[in-house]
Amino acid sequence: MIHLLTQLGEKTRHSFTKLGRSSFFLQQILIAIIDVLPRPHLLSKQLYAIGVLSFFLITISGLFVGMVLGLQGYYILSNFGADEALGVMVATSLVRELGPVVAALLFAGRAGSALTAEIGLMKATEQLSGMEMMAIDPIKRIIAPRFLAGFISMPLLAALFSSVGILGGHLIGVNLLGVDEGSYWSQMQTSLDFYDDILNGVIKSLIFGFVISWIALFEGYDAIPTSEGVSRATTRTVVNSAFAILGLDFILTALMFGDI
Amino acid sequence: MQHSVKQDTLVGLFVATGIAALFFMAMQISNLSAFSETESYTISAAFENSGGLKVKSPVVVGGVRVGRVVAITLDQKKFQSVVTMKIESQYDQLPEDTSASIFTAGLLGEQYVSLEPGGMDEVLVNNSIIDITQPAIVLEEIIGKFLFKDNDAESKE
Amino acid sequence: MGPSGTGKTTLLKIIGGQLHPESGSIIVDGENVHQLARKDLYSLRKRMGMLFQSGALLTDMNVYDNVAFPLREHTDLDESMIRTLVLMKLQAVGLRGARDLMPNELSGGMARRIALARAIALDPMMIMYDEPFTGQDPISMATLVQLIKALNTTLNLTSIIVSHDVKDTAAIADYIYVISHGKIVGHGTPKEIENSESDWVQQFMHGEADGPVHFHYPAKAYIDDLLAFDKN
Repeated sequence: MIHLLTQLGEKTRHSFTKLGRSSFFLQQILIAIIDVLPRPHLLSKQLYAIGVLSFFLITISGLFVGMVLGLQGYYILSNFGADEALGVMVATSLVRELGPVVAALLFAGRAGSALTAEIGLMKATEQLSGMEMMAIDPIKRIIAPRFLAGFISMPLLAALFSSVGILGGHLIGVNLLGVDEGSYWSQMQTSLDFYDDILNGVIKSLIFGFVISWIALFEGYDAIPTSEGVSRATTRTVVNSAFAILGLDFILTALMFGDI
Repeated sequence: MQHSVKQDTLVGLFVATGIAALFFMAMQISNLSAFSETESYTISAAFENSGGLKVKSPVVVGGVRVGRVVAITLDQKKFQSVVTMKIESQYDQLPEDTSASIFTAGLLGEQYVSLEPGGMDEVLVNNSIIDITQPAIVLEEIIGKFLFKDNDAESKE
Repeated sequence: MGPSGTGKTTLLKIIGGQLHPESGSIIVDGENVHQLARKDLYSLRKRMGMLFQSGALLTDMNVYDNVAFPLREHTDLDESMIRTLVLMKLQAVGLRGARDLMPNELSGGMARRIALARAIALDPMMIMYDEPFTGQDPISMATLVQLIKALNTTLNLTSIIVSHDVKDTAAIADYIYVISHGKIVGHGTPKEIENSESDWVQQFMHGEADGPVHFHYPAKAYIDDLLAFDKN
């Protein structure tokens, strides 16, 4: 029993230490971002690796999610004779929730894990120490551009996800099932508010992008520099990102749409 | 650093499509386009009951959207609901005796203001007040009327 | 020099300021490494080169860009100047022809030579070598030994070599410290070390299997251990 308690205490202390380290790490990144801005090609390279390479995954998933929403929404709404409201349903669920959240989960799986693996391997092969010994700060040169790229890519990818999803819903609802095209768009436009819905969705995805990049880079940077350590860090990135996204989503939704 | 032109182009394309998607959401999906302050003039109308009408609800003439509701207030003397609307300036030929009604789009849809043009030569200008109005149809009242009608009929028998 | 796991690499990292010592101080070129402000530490590091065991080349760049990397990061030289410098450094390690290869296309020995070219790119005053000879075939070993010696004399460098490779290191070293378990157990010129009176140094230098460092990992008496199963 005592042993169990000691173990629990040890684990708690360990996670607090880790949180402290990651906060310090974040602070270093944020300071280093200033040095990235005058070097756009560093950012461009990472936007390619993080954003462009996630593009197809995100758009194709968005298309299918939108199509499923169109199909399911039509079956439910047509029971009430309210299939004109299909556009509203598809758009609201995508813009408010599914766009930011699903895109973030996919992003964590695609780009986050790749970032952790990349940084972890650079650590394991002494590239980071080597850089430090060449008097080049790896946080500035390696970490900060990736962080910034993740932060910028996420809202763009989420917007793509939602837009493509709405077009996917249109494809199924309007082109296939015969919902009136005019009401698909016009009901959507009158029900969705720019500030309440669109802007809040974008804010959500910005926060998700921030958190995923932070977790992914920290796990890589903090990984035990062996192949096993790196692979475990990669898993941790995906798991922790998923928890963070879903937990934060609840909090943000309560703050934005609830009256709490 | 070796510049890869192809890579930079792809990044540019990616950022551009992302921003285009944001723009698409703002303009096509949300009501931001209605927000854009095109030239407009304000008119108002007093209704007995404005029902489920909300700020930003559409104002239509013959099914065409011409403006939106900007405020709904209560007239403390007459206890009427005063609905203020902004009408786009291009629709400046609405006759003075235009009437306003509150309708519902479909059974469960949202409510909107419908303007029915009259036949006078003078037109509505800024701060005009529409005199002829028809209040919102409240579903509960209609159902209530039907129920009472049936009850009356039964009691007579 | 010293056996594996005695803290040789740790010592190099402490000298480079990557790790902090629990006690004592490191003085490089008259400056206490661990009391320098970050900016001064970085400017000191520009004058120190370090060759890692794995080479630590950046895997997403080719050989040319790897060598050019510190020049591009630290200087404002134009591309033609950088090109000249990079080719000079690559020529010095004999790999000018390999400039377009990626690090994963290089053999271990070549990777170390490229890393060496990169380490001397900024013309440092000293270079630290972390196990430069480990896992090399005799030919690339000889190349490296010759290269280190040549660089040391032509560039007038201070070289610190960490190694457990007795013969090759003794051949090029001016002064040797032998460490074990974090302590210096012997030091002197290669000749003095060769004739050291310490049993430990003798065992290490001549590669004997048993001596002060025992062949057996500490354990219970053999007989007791074998019989222990029955008692359970």
